[in-house]
Amino acid sequence: MPHDHQHSPGAPHRHPQRPDQDDTLTYWRAMEVAVRGLLIDKGLVTADEVRRQVEDMDSRTPLQGARVVARAWTDADFRARLLADGNAALEIMGIDRGPYKLVVVENTEKVHNLIVCTLCSCYPRWLLGLPPDWYKSRNYRSRAVNEPRAVLREFGTELAGDVAVRVHDSTADMRYLVLPRRPAGTEHLSEAQLAALVTRDTMIGVAVVGAP
Amino acid sequence: MGADAYPPRFAAGDRVAVRRAYPPGHVRTPYYIRGKTGVVERLCGIFGNPEELAYGRSGRPKQPLYRVRFRQHDVWPDYDGPAQDTLDVEIYQHWLDPASD
Repeated sequence: MPHDHQHSPGAPHRHPQRPDQDDTLTYWRAMEVAVRGLLIDKGLVTADEVRRQVEDMDSRTPLQGARVVARAWTDADFRARLLADGNAALEIMGIDRGPYKLVVVENTEKVHNLIVCTLCSCYPRWLLGLPPDWYKSRNYRSRAVNEPRAVLREFGTELAGDVAVRVHDSTADMRYLVLPRRPAGTEHLSEAQLAALVTRDTMIGVAVVGAP
Repeated sequence: MGADAYPPRFAAGDRVAVRRAYPPGHVRTPYYIRGKTGVVERLCGIFGNPEELAYGRSGRPKQPLYRVRFRQHDVWPDYDGPAQDTLDVEIYQHWLDPASD
């Protein structure tokens, strides 16, 4: 916990303590604890295997997706492959092809894509890591399909009236990744430098990639 | 594939209507899109039926899954945006009928 104020030595804490956030055993948390305990007791998984899976998931970040986008910007053959078969293109780069079919949708001058999962929180986690909290919020899930342009404006993304906003509700067995537009004035940048411009939000489609 | 999977009934470009049905269970068809008409954008593949898989059943025969593209103005009568805005939703074949119009 960060401590951003001074105490004189030995002085007691007088400010109210922030409550712990791990003190609510909800219905679903209790179920997870119970199921995990049963799986371990029956020898189907070990506690260390569960821990390693959590660690593996937490180690995944949008950097991986950014590398894919930068490759697509610099290699036309790869870009074509990525749009035709996302999982196969990941394999070309030596990236885990993932458990779901990956559909990559390309932003153009006239089309802007936005991804949402109204039913839950479908997200290409193996590629981008865990989704941001707002992606799972009821607010985003309901409004992204109903008033996407207002949602985009709240994210600071203003689109011209002649651009088509194409929302993708990821409800079943597909996972979506937006291939954002490459900003102008980046012709001299290397693939690694380009990847550094690509953020999580631009691959969900709530933002566009800014010039360096 | 035989009886293991239903053959696809629709192809890209076909106009389809989403069934207006309200069964209980692990349904992957959002409420807001039921009863709406759109166009098949592509066949995504053929997958075990998630409405069955969710309850530990086999999910067989598998169901074709489509991306169906709807005009936003057809989905939301009060949609506040230009006519070209669209919404793609993945819908399983057993939720689709040929559009009557």
